[in-house]
Parts: sequence; structure tokens; C-alpha cells
Amino acid sequence: MTLPNPNPSTAGTVAPDEIDEIEIGNSIENAIELKEVEGLSQGRIVLRRFLRHRGAMTAAFVLIAVVLLVTTSIGWGPIPGWWRWSPTEFDDVVNPGGSPTLSFEGGLTIGPHPFGQDNLGRDVFARVMRGTQQSLIVMVIVGLVATSIGIVMGAVSGFLRGRIDNVLMRFTDMIITIPVIMIGAILGRLVATQGATAVMLGLALSLVTWTSMARLVRAEFLSLREREFVDAARVAGASNSRIMFKHMLPNAVGVIIVNTTLLMASAILLETALSYLGFGIRAPNVSLGTLIAEYQTAFATRPWLFWWPGLFIVLIALCVNFIGDGLRDAFDPRQRRIPSKRSMDRAAERAARRQAAAASATATTEASGA
Amino acid sequence: MVTEAPATATKAPILEVRGLGVDFFVEGEWYPAAIDMDYEVRPGEVLGIVGESGSGKTQSSMSLIGLLPPNGRARGSAKLDGRELVGLTHKQLSRIRGKDVAVIFQEPMTALNPVYTVGFQIVETLRTHFDMGPSAARERAIELLRLVDIPDPERSVDKYPHQLSGGQRQRAMIAQALSCDPKLLIADEPTTALDVTVQAEILKLMRDLRSRIDSGIILITHDMGVVADLADRVLVMKDGRIVEQGTADDIFNRPQHPYTQQLLAAVPHLGVTVGGDAALAEAGAAAPIDGHAPATTAPRTGPEGGPEAGAEEYAMEARDLVIEYPGRGRIPPFRAVDGISMTIKRGEVVGLVGESGSGKTTVGRAVVGLLPVTEGSLRIGGRDMAGISADELRELRRHVSIVFQDPGSSLNPRLPIGQSIGEPLLLRKIARGAELNRRVEDLLDQVHLARSMRNRYPHELSGGQRQRVGIARALALNPKLLVADEPTSALDVSVQAKVLELFQELQREHGFACLFISHDLAVVEMLSSRIAVMHNGKLVEQGPRDQILRTPQDDYTRRLLAAVPVPNPEEQRIRRETRDRLLEEEARRLAAAAVAD
Repeated sequence: MTLPNPNPSTAGTVAPDEIDEIEIGNSIENAIELKEVEGLSQGRIVLRRFLRHRGAMTAAFVLIAVVLLVTTSIGWGPIPGWWRWSPTEFDDVVNPGGSPTLSFEGGLTIGPHPFGQDNLGRDVFARVMRGTQQSLIVMVIVGLVATSIGIVMGAVSGFLRGRIDNVLMRFTDMIITIPVIMIGAILGRLVATQGATAVMLGLALSLVTWTSMARLVRAEFLSLREREFVDAARVAGASNSRIMFKHMLPNAVGVIIVNTTLLMASAILLETALSYLGFGIRAPNVSLGTLIAEYQTAFATRPWLFWWPGLFIVLIALCVNFIGDGLRDAFDPRQRRIPSKRSMDRAAERAARRQAAAASATATTEASGA
Repeated sequence: MVTEAPATATKAPILEVRGLGVDFFVEGEWYPAAIDMDYEVRPGEVLGIVGESGSGKTQSSMSLIGLLPPNGRARGSAKLDGRELVGLTHKQLSRIRGKDVAVIFQEPMTALNPVYTVGFQIVETLRTHFDMGPSAARERAIELLRLVDIPDPERSVDKYPHQLSGGQRQRAMIAQALSCDPKLLIADEPTTALDVTVQAEILKLMRDLRSRIDSGIILITHDMGVVADLADRVLVMKDGRIVEQGTADDIFNRPQHPYTQQLLAAVPHLGVTVGGDAALAEAGAAAPIDGHAPATTAPRTGPEGGPEAGAEEYAMEARDLVIEYPGRGRIPPFRAVDGISMTIKRGEVVGLVGESGSGKTTVGRAVVGLLPVTEGSLRIGGRDMAGISADELRELRRHVSIVFQDPGSSLNPRLPIGQSIGEPLLLRKIARGAELNRRVEDLLDQVHLARSMRNRYPHELSGGQRQRVGIARALALNPKLLVADEPTSALDVSVQAKVLELFQELQREHGFACLFISHDLAVVEMLSSRIAVMHNGKLVEQGPRDQILRTPQDDYTRRLLAAVPVPNPEEQRIRRETRDRLLEEEARRLAAAAVAD
């Protein structure tokens, strides 16, 4: 078994190692097969394909950077922040109208309020950070809770079928017909004075967004239960729950992960939409949606009050979507990456050289044999 | 060994392949799938390309018409009537495809478009390549369907693929392939997806066509019997190279290369155990139809006298067993197994043979309790499976086990194989921890797999290794009865030979009773002491092996026996003639019966 060259772009200049030559001589077809499987677990293969997905990798890095910035700048729970201002602190307006101190003229100057200030002198950067924190909390909660509900619902109805399936799926249909806005309105009503916390909003959203996950998992389970390894497990004496969660769930993990990321992306947009309408998080608590709602009257005069929360909404949703895309590609074994013409040509050169070497090698062995 | 028989060299070759190579780009490297292939095909000649899966036989042929996956490329030269095929643009190729070179694919259901009628698809091919009016094209389509012996071509032309049987679909595809009088016809495993009797019909059709049309045919297959039946010359491929090339006679009777010899030796050969080939060939036609021979058609079920004693004697005992798949809404329940009675003694291997859809797998699944018994009784180890409770079934499954057909699907892809094998032991609380490890290693030893493999995942193993894992898992609880559901049909011939050998060895060692389900009579012959033949859910015949193979009583059994292609051209010719005679006889008898009515 040959190891893949860790750095294919420089491989063209590296002489082919000798093991390769022998390998080629022996069994080429086997080598292809081994190369494709090569002692890797499914997870490793997926990881490798994901790491090669440029868009998803960039998105992952950006998302990590955003999370780091958000958690450390103004602090989060026990984590102390390094930023001077807190979201609720007032300061004298530095620039006229509170416009951002961030400027690129004559080199990069950050100033005390890089994202600007609102009309009360509050620091927009701190507020945006706070809002992003809230939005991320909602996103993570929806990602966890909605996914869990969806998995259990889908798995049970897909595996057991029959009456249970019917009941659960009709229930799912019912949930699908409930408008999210209505849930938001009810939630807003329940906590009219305070405004909902991010955790509550996340939970409420989870209760309506698990449906798509349940459907997908059900479909996956319906096809998985026809696979023979399920029968094999049953003959081996496995119970229903063991078959469902030990045998089938790991095989459905691709669909689940992909859908979770997409769900998280939509959760962040949903949260901002609800908060914008005043149904979600409310002042004095800050979320990206409330920021936009709060400043909508200043749209013409102080546009930076929109830019920054808007930028973060787009950034996070885009990143999560890209990651989901990358994961989907990584989990889909049929999707083969078509290599670029250049790398193909390079490899061809390399192979030609190796073949020449192998030919001369066999020639010498034949000569010596004769 | 390039021996050109002068008889075939009368015409100029239609296809000349020189130094053809196919490479695939995998993980940043080009890997050759076919290397330096040289061969030619003459008009009216059938060139058989044989090899195991992955030997490059399909990819090298597909490269001729540019049907390689995007990460593949072809090198060298392939000239069709003097015109170079390698390196043509997509547009040039599409003019050649279908018109000069046509392909018959393996799976007619997927190769025909399900939303268009057969006629439409043939007409489409015709009108793409010729200037032809719709009605003229339709006429031609009907003519083609008649050529390939599709019944009632005027009506079949408007049928959708799903309305035709498997064999008819394959015929329709052949008609489509022939529509433009191709110079070269590539048949990629044309009969692999078909039942043995249907396969015999398609082979017959192709043989007839060969004399009627003057094209060269490349026949790609892994089945030595099919090659023996059809091919004039044979290429044997291994690991992308042609290892041997010659006339069919040379290859089968005087194989030079060790690989060819090995390949031929690995093919299970119907009649080896039973004896004389000629006797076997004659078996079909010569056997008397009157019930003079030992009356085995009346199944030898357990003695009526002592069912209690029988419970000890038989590992499995079925009486008037009926299994139905429940209906849904307006669809009536489907009776897959219709009143069969059979027994398996302790330690006995019984072969269950039949075509796809005959209900043989259904029986196997019912035996391990994966399907409920609808009517009749099925006693496993003395316990009736009809209306068995879930707890009893769990208990019973300590003693029965199953090896599935497709090892790729029957092992959980997310579990290391050690866990898969150890699962029955763990779930029965028989062993855990270090003890479990020891037992798993024992089992791996028994099926000749390295102990270090226990941490591998199924996809890292080859097909044969996977099936060994499947066997090891089935044996984990030391079952008294093992159901083997076509355990080797997904494997290559040489791998199949090894797995069967292992299976025999384990059976001798453990002495379990076994219901061996297969469509391949030759495989069943190797293993079983008794054979039962199923057809359309009914047991048409059962009895000792020799008697079933040598003096079959039932018409269907005889047809089945006659349809099995044998890897030897002369013998296959004899068998073919026997089969034709048999069919003619039957047709005459049917006609006579119709007259009598």
C-alpha cells in the first residue's frame, strides 16, 4: 500500500519512490482499489474531502474567527472582554453624528469607536458583538434541540412504520402548517415585559423547525431498514432500539449533519426576522435583529448602524451554509472531484517517467534472467 | 499467445486496436486500468473478453466510444474501419455512437429510459442517424423487434420498459443496438442480470443474429460458460493486461497462461461430481417422463408416524408452508411461497435452486424468522415458527443463522468487522471483554482471515473477505442450522471457489445443517447432498443430488439443467442442441395438448 503524497503540487519534481515502482509492476488494479480505500474509516474519508473543499474551509475559518471575536471582545459569561466599552455604556459622541472612527485614509486607524456610535453615544461595535452572541446562542440551541427532536421523530416513524409512522407524520404535517410568526407572536405575548431571552427564543424556534429533519431522517431510515445489515443485526439478536441507534443512525449521519448546518443557517435568519418584528429578543437586550429594528428610522442619516449588524448576519449565515455545502459534498461518495487539467497533465508526466523506469527495470531483469 | 486462426482471417478487420491504454486519475496520480491492448475484430466474428471484476475489460471497451468517466483517459490507437477513435471530440463521437458502434448494456432496466416506450427509443436512435420519417422509422422499429423475436411486435412497440419481462427488455435493447446496422456491437455482460433460462434464450438470439448481420461483436463477460457458448476468439484479461489471446478452442482446451488455467479451474463445472458430461447433457432429453424412476417428486417429508421423534431428527421441517407478502390497499397479498414441504436433517446440506422470483430467498428468510409464516407449519429445531412470540424467536435465533447474498450490504459499513462478528456473542451475553476478543479472533482464524483485520471497516475489504466475515458472524453462536442465501453470487469465480471451499471445510468441522440457496446449479452440486428445485413459489422437485442432476423428473428442472452454460465449447454445443430439442418437444406437446382440448 502506498501512502498518498502529502503535497501533490510539489510531487512533480520529486522522484517517484521505489516502492511505487514495485507496486505498479505487481498489481495496478489492486493499487487503485487500495488507494481509494487505503485503511481509512468513513469518517477520515469524509474529513479529507471536506478539508479539500475550499469554500467550506474558508467559511469554517471565518466562522471560527467570528466566534472568537465575539466571545473575547466584550466578554461572555466568565470570559473577560478586552474591549473598552460595553453594549449599554454611553460615551461622548466622538465623530460628528457618531460615524465610525475606522478609516483607511493614511493607513488603518481604528479609533475608539471603529463601528461608530448611535445617537446616544453607545458603541456600535460592542452592541454588534452582543447581538451576534445572542444570535449564535439561538443558532446553537436550534441546532441541538431541533435536530434531536427531528432525529427521534424521523427514526421512530421510519423504522417502525405502520400506525406509529402515520400518527407521527400527521403530527409533523400539523407542525409544518403552523406559521413561525405565530409562534413568535405567542412567545412575545408570554414574556411581554422583559422580552424573550435568547435561550427561550431558541427553544421556541426548535419546536417548529424540526420538521424537515424528521422527514429527511425518516426517508433515510426507510431505505436503510431494507439493507441487509439490519436483518443481520436482527438475526444476531439486537433489539429495536439498538438497531435504530447503533446500526442505522451512524449510517444516516451524513444527511443529519448536512441538514443541521442548513437548519442553523436558517435559524439565524429566523431569529433576526422575529426580533426585527419585535417578537423575539427585545431591548435592552440586544440581538442583530433588534439592532436593525431599533435603528431603522436612522437609515438615511446613519447608515453604519445597519451595515455592521447586516454584515454579521450575512457573514454567519453564509459561512454556515458554505460549511453545510462542503459537508454535503464530502458525504456524497458519488461526487467525484474532477481534477484540473494541469494536475492531470503533471501526473501524466510523472507516470510516463515511472513507466520508463519500470520498463528499463524489467528489461534488465529479463536480460539477467536470460 | 497470439494465434490467429486462418479461417477467421478472411475479411479485413473492422476494428483494429493497437497499444490501447486506459488510465484513471485517482488522488493525484494516473493509475492504468488497461495497458497496451492489441486486438482486432473482424466482421461476423465474436470476440469474447473475459476477466474478473476490475480487470479493465469493460473500461477498455467503453474507451472505444469515449464512454469513460471524466477522470479517465484513453491512449494508443483504435481504428474502426480505418478511422481513429481515440481522441475524437464529443461531437464526432456522437455521430459514431449508435450508428457505427452500438452497445448492449448489462442492466436493461436502467439502460432503457423508463418514461418512453420501447418503440420511441428505437425510433429516436433511427431518426438521429438517418433522414427518416416518423412512420417509416416506426415500421423499421417493428421490423427490428420482430428480428429479435419479441412476441407481437406491433403491440410491443408501444410498451414501456416496465411492461416487458427482463428477457424481453434485453431483446428490445438489442433491437435498439441493431437499429443502425452497426459495424461493431459491444455487449457488456449482456446476460449477467438475467436468469439462467432467459440467458440461454438471449444467447441463442445473439448466435442467430451473428449469422444474420455482418458486424463484429465484442462480448464482455466474466462467465466462462457464456464465452464458450458464443465466442470465436477469446481475450483473457488480468490487471489491465491481455494475458492470453486465441481461438475459443485454444483457450478452453489448451490454455497456456497460468491465469487462464486457474480461471478455468475455478469455474464450478456442472456434472463434475455427478459424473459423465454426456450423461448430464442427455439427462434432460432422455429421462423418462413417466413416474417409473424412484418417486422423488412426492417429497420425502418426515415420517407421518412420529412427529416427536422427527423434531429431533430434523433441523428444519416445512409442511405445506405458505408465505405471503401482505397486500397494501387495493394490491392483493402476494403469495411468494405456495405450499412447499421439505425437510433438512441434522448436519445435512440441502440445496435450494430456482430462478429469481421463485421464492427461494423468501423460504430462507422465513427460516430465520425474518418473515412470518402465513399458513402451514415450519418447524425449526422442533419449534413451530408460525405464530412464534418475539421472545421465543430471540431464543431460537441462537440456533439458526444466515449468511446473506451481498456481503457489501449485510455488514454495517460503520462498524469495524470485529464488532460485527462479535455482536451476536455480546448481545446474548455469552462473552464480553477479553473473552469476546478471544472468541472473535478464533472466528477470524476459522475463516482464514488475519486477526489484525478485526479493526478494519467493511469497505476496506475485498468482496471475498467480506463474505468470510459474514460467514464468521453467522457461525459465532455455533448454529445448528445455517441458511446460506446465495453467498457467492456477488463474487468473482476464483474468489467464489475459495469461499465455497472454506464453506465445505467449516461444514465438515461444525456439522451444522444448511439450507444452501442458489441459482447456480453447479455451486449447489458441489455442496449439497440433496437438492430442491423451486419454480413460481412451488417446489417442483426434490431428491438426492445425483438423481436430480442425472434423471430429473420435472420439465422445469430439465430446462434449468439444459440452460446452464458450460465452460467448454464442444460440450456447450451439445447441451445447446439438447436444449433446443427439449424446447421443441415441449412446444409440440403443448400444441398437441391444445389440439386435444
